[in-house]
Amino acid sequence: MSEATTHDAHDHHDHGPAKGLMRWVTTTNHKDIGTLYLLFSLLMFFVGGAMAMVIRAELFAPGMQIVDPYFFNQMTTNHALIMIFGAVMPAFVGLANWLLPMMIGAPDMALPRMNNWSFWILPFAFSMLIGTLFMDGGAPAAGWTIYPPLVLQTGDAFPFMIFAIHMMGISSVMGAINVIATILNMRAPGMTLMKMPLFVWTWLITAYLLIAVMPVLAGAVTMLLTDKYFHTSFFTAAGGGDPVMYQHIFWFFGHPEVYILILPAFGIVSQIIPTFARKQLFGYSSMVYATASIAFLSFIVWAHHMFTVGMPVAGELFFMYATMLIAVPTGVKVFNWVSTMWKGSMTFETPMLFALGFVVLFTIGGFSGLMLAIAPSDFQYHDTYFVVAHFHYVLVTGAIYAIMAGTYYWLPKWTGHMYNETLGKWHFWLSTITVNILFFPQHFLGLAGMPRRIPDYSVQFAEFNMISSIGGFAFGLSQLMFAYIVISTIRGGKKASDQVWDGAKGLEWTLPSPPPYHSFTEAPEVK
Amino acid sequence: MSHKKSVWLQRALLGGAMLLGAGSAAAEYGLNMTPGVTNVSGEVYHLHMLIFYICCAIAVVVFGAMFYSIWKHRKSVGAEAANFHESTTVEIIWTVIPFAILISMAIPATKALINLEDASDPDMTVKITGYQWKWHYAYPEEQIAFFSSLDAKSNEARQLGSSVDPASVEDYLLNVDNRLVLPVGKKVRFLITSNDVIHSWWVRDLGWKKDAIPGFINEAWTRVEEPGVYRGQCAELCGKDHGFMPIVVEFKAQADYDAWVAAQKAQAGNSKSPVATVVAAVN
Repeated sequence: MSEATTHDAHDHHDHGPAKGLMRWVTTTNHKDIGTLYLLFSLLMFFVGGAMAMVIRAELFAPGMQIVDPYFFNQMTTNHALIMIFGAVMPAFVGLANWLLPMMIGAPDMALPRMNNWSFWILPFAFSMLIGTLFMDGGAPAAGWTIYPPLVLQTGDAFPFMIFAIHMMGISSVMGAINVIATILNMRAPGMTLMKMPLFVWTWLITAYLLIAVMPVLAGAVTMLLTDKYFHTSFFTAAGGGDPVMYQHIFWFFGHPEVYILILPAFGIVSQIIPTFARKQLFGYSSMVYATASIAFLSFIVWAHHMFTVGMPVAGELFFMYATMLIAVPTGVKVFNWVSTMWKGSMTFETPMLFALGFVVLFTIGGFSGLMLAIAPSDFQYHDTYFVVAHFHYVLVTGAIYAIMAGTYYWLPKWTGHMYNETLGKWHFWLSTITVNILFFPQHFLGLAGMPRRIPDYSVQFAEFNMISSIGGFAFGLSQLMFAYIVISTIRGGKKASDQVWDGAKGLEWTLPSPPPYHSFTEAPEVK
Repeated sequence: MSHKKSVWLQRALLGGAMLLGAGSAAAEYGLNMTPGVTNVSGEVYHLHMLIFYICCAIAVVVFGAMFYSIWKHRKSVGAEAANFHESTTVEIIWTVIPFAILISMAIPATKALINLEDASDPDMTVKITGYQWKWHYAYPEEQIAFFSSLDAKSNEARQLGSSVDPASVEDYLLNVDNRLVLPVGKKVRFLITSNDVIHSWWVRDLGWKKDAIPGFINEAWTRVEEPGVYRGQCAELCGKDHGFMPIVVEFKAQADYDAWVAAQKAQAGNSKSPVATVVAAVN
């Protein structure tokens, strides 16, 4: 541990960080680690995005033009793994690191050294995962769900992929433990649970989900490993196992996982809308209960991802009903956001634009989700582009829009500089137009019968694929603006006030912009 | 090459036109799920449309309120923020109403599902086996069995750097060498399994897909009343050539079907026929 980060009782002013590269390697500071997470996430967003560009380029027209089908499968698989585990999850952990201590009035995270470790695992995990692209037999190509028996046909990449997933899981669990320890132990006096900002609440619940399900994923992939190398037959019928059991285990992780990817987004949007509506969040306690209900339901709906595997009708009915129920708490959230706007005094700076974009487009993803919950219809939708459209609406215009909204919202606080509002608005409008050109036609493709994960398609699907690809390239390019705006704001810009947004409420806005190295050295009083 | 380019350009223009809402193109290019050709597929289609319309109605209300608020409650038009921020009554209302709507969706969905999954009392049975990357069909009662793979023309056009324009191939990627042939008016039960990895057998006009899982046998059924040819694809990622194992089912009138069965059997008697070799290998 460097000297600069040790607490010095004589010194009342702010401690600066150590200088140079070692600052980032050895740091135990929540802001430094938050920055590392966020920049890592941004990098992975572009790596995963580049893979998406390969996918859309190959699908631009019928026939195989650019890559062979096996490489195409590597792209779809790694695009998903990198975006989920490398872009969205680390971005949320980065936001948690930056914001939780500032929101609850703490000096830092509860477990700073573990915090450092949980970040620094990630670059190694992803170097290993991306490195598999250069191995004999190529990178994993069985889809991000890595279903056996197909995944057992993977070449040299197989054990490396599994080790990488283990490392990501360890990192996530450590991050989650840290979040829970911080929130439960380090709140300022008077900050009762039901006074916590919603971002803190949603992250607390997310952290429990992570601890509950990441070990399940670890178990599933370890069973794959022993099936391949140690002659077990967990998922092989010939040895008494069952390939479908893998799917049950995977989705027992996988469905809570999708809420891990969206609950913090709900939290961010619940912070932003009241600020720009200049009106308190409507139905705070119902928002907390809705989040908890969604988290609970997420554990009993997993098999809706596998309606076509041949379950008993009773099982299909159970999972259909349980899945439909999720629409109720999710609806409550959307109604509360709209009610927060109702009779407010709204302005539309970039964070608000992204938050409103989130509400509309995430809700569209929610509608298609409700349609997918209906088991008989799912027998048509399943594994088509309709599903692809659905989860990109909830993940891109849901999770990623919320991350971007949060970045614009708190960037002036973090850096002390205002970002360029004109460019921010351009980024929003370009993204929103192009993302819909990208993903909306995929609903039609799926309904018209185009399966997902195919590198080439029948000519009847040509027009919508071309439209989608054009939207994809334009959306990809628009994101370069985001990187430019963020980096130029870090480097300089108009000085931001401490309050930043006139309607913003919460402890983080009582700190200077940029905030001191240790957020609250003396706990603030919360009334 | 230039021909290929002009086709692309044509499609791009057409795509642009459709984006502007050329509704008449909808039917031709397929915007929506098909009602299909069976009772089940019709039920699934109507269920799909029902849920879709309900979602549209909810969207109009929610987005309507939201955009009205965005329009009227702006600071720039002098809106002052009100102070209300909770109401147990409205929270209960907007919990109960969606719940009631969900029940109205669940009832027809349950009926459709129970019908879809009832493969009992079939008139005949066909065994479908997925292979990397082709399908195998067996008629246990008739002692007929054969493989069904992507047709040669599509296969040539789909190679990386192929000089064959996919648009010039009839039913590109949706055509096979040997079709699955079935009689109309019969309840056909499918027993679906796989020889290697998981596949999924999907013909959208029949209204469902079912996974082919190695070591396990799944059941599904259909009954088609009119003769016709229906096309589909493998719907579960099964490796390199997942996109290249289409399905073609032809429903024939009973007499034509019987003639087809007789021809297959005659062919099978000829030991040089590839079909016969397959039958020998399978039995």
